[in-house]
Amino acid sequence: MTTAEFFHMGGYAFYVWTSYGLTLIVLLANVLSPLRQRRKILADLARRERRERKLK
Amino acid sequence: MKTRSTSRAFTLLLRRDLTLAFRQRAEMINPLLFFVLVTALFPLGIGADPGLLRSIGPGIIWVAALLAAMLSLDSVFRSDFEDGSLEHFLLSAHPLSILVLAKTLAHWLITGLPLLIVAPLLGLLLDLSADAVWTLILTLALGTPVLSMVGAIGVALTVGLRRGGMILSLLVLPLYVPVLIFAANAVETASAGLPITAHLSLLTALLALACSLSPVATAAALKISLS
Amino acid sequence: MWRFFHKLGSPKHFYRIAGAWIPWLALFCAGFMLVGLYLGLWVAPPDYQQGESYRIMYVHVPAAWMSLFIYVVMAGAGAIGLIWHMKLAEVMAISSAHIGASFTFLALVTGSIWGKPMWGTWWVWDARLTSELILLFLYLGVIALHNAVEDKRTAARATSILAIVGVVNIPIIHYSVEWWNTLHQGPTVTKFDAPSIDVRMLIPLLLMAVAFKLFYAVVVLMRARCEILQRERNTQWVRQLAGES
Repeated sequence: MTTAEFFHMGGYAFYVWTSYGLTLIVLLANVLSPLRQRRKILADLARRERRERKLK
Repeated sequence: MKTRSTSRAFTLLLRRDLTLAFRQRAEMINPLLFFVLVTALFPLGIGADPGLLRSIGPGIIWVAALLAAMLSLDSVFRSDFEDGSLEHFLLSAHPLSILVLAKTLAHWLITGLPLLIVAPLLGLLLDLSADAVWTLILTLALGTPVLSMVGAIGVALTVGLRRGGMILSLLVLPLYVPVLIFAANAVETASAGLPITAHLSLLTALLALACSLSPVATAAALKISLS
Repeated sequence: MWRFFHKLGSPKHFYRIAGAWIPWLALFCAGFMLVGLYLGLWVAPPDYQQGESYRIMYVHVPAAWMSLFIYVVMAGAGAIGLIWHMKLAEVMAISSAHIGASFTFLALVTGSIWGKPMWGTWWVWDARLTSELILLFLYLGVIALHNAVEDKRTAARATSILAIVGVVNIPIIHYSVEWWNTLHQGPTVTKFDAPSIDVRMLIPLLLMAVAFKLFYAVVVLMRARCEILQRERNTQWVRQLAGES
């Protein structure tokens, strides 16, 4: 298959590439969500540690 | 001796729930009125062509039955939860699943059985044939107990929540889909004059499954909700 | 060897061990996905009936398989958590819910997009799409119930019951929808279950299926680690971890 055919996908380019694009978005979201969550949890905990250390 | 006292507990609980429900007869009418009203709204919404109504009538009536069952489900455990008797049931020596079965049976007698009685009237509204109405009553008889029992699982899971009523529908409606499909289709098939033994067997199978497994699941859910 | 499994049950060790496994699983996942995509999108020949549009299958079918697989894993982990009171099983169950829901959504959307050139409309009440839709509602129910209950342990146990009830119902629902569909749709030729699939199309499909499984493993471990940090936030080792960051 040539590169032109690859992007054209026999006329079905919109359908095929939208599907793959959505797949990419879903997979990325699934990876970024826990990453962001972990950073947030650790930041919250660090803040709590500092607060408690100040009170001591 | 223990077996006898458990069955005595079952009958006592059943009678208690029925007596309490009968003291508020107005409350009993509400799901029924809802059922009739929703069914009556459809012709107003989609037009009164008798052919059309006859073909989608069974589906409408069954969806209305599902919704009426959903609305009335909250009453299964709500009042007992609020006055603390539910905790007493959990602490009793009798198996919780038997007590749950008694409450669910009472609930069905109060909210499910009246639907069967009203069904012929709805058949009239939607121009269903006599065959269709008989099948409708039969499917309601087999299906509404399943709705009560499977619904009880959902209620048990959400009884402790503040806004439990909202997610109850989300939890329970997907589980109702097989009953809806087999029952509504049975009535349609019967209207066409074809045999419905397969549908009835499947509905009975669902009923058997619900009777045997859902009290156990409901009991487990209650123990978790009240922990 | 048994000590390894025993250690895995403790949240602290699981956090560390999972953290070590994630990069490797991710590497394998990327490998399988790249090879699968290359073979599927470039090398595999076009279908004689559907042309190039069938290539959506390489994401749609693995997503659908994962949506079912994850639900079963979720119900299984929930059951283990209920029976043996294992904290980690509860964590795995709830970590799987969001991932499973996203795969179900993906399967529905790609199925719908594939349907447009196939059947001419964006949505058809095809047996599989309808069952997937109901599966999505089952997932959303689990997620909603988990968010509604405040105490994490009670939430985990309640959602486990719901997941188990759901998993018993999935074959019933699927069968009833399929039966309903054959009555109302008539014999629709669904390319989804073509009995003889060309091996050049099958290999990339299986590679993508493995890739998606590895992806699930990576992401569920990531989520599980977050969940563990939340649950164990008052313990010594988490405090130390937070202090270091």
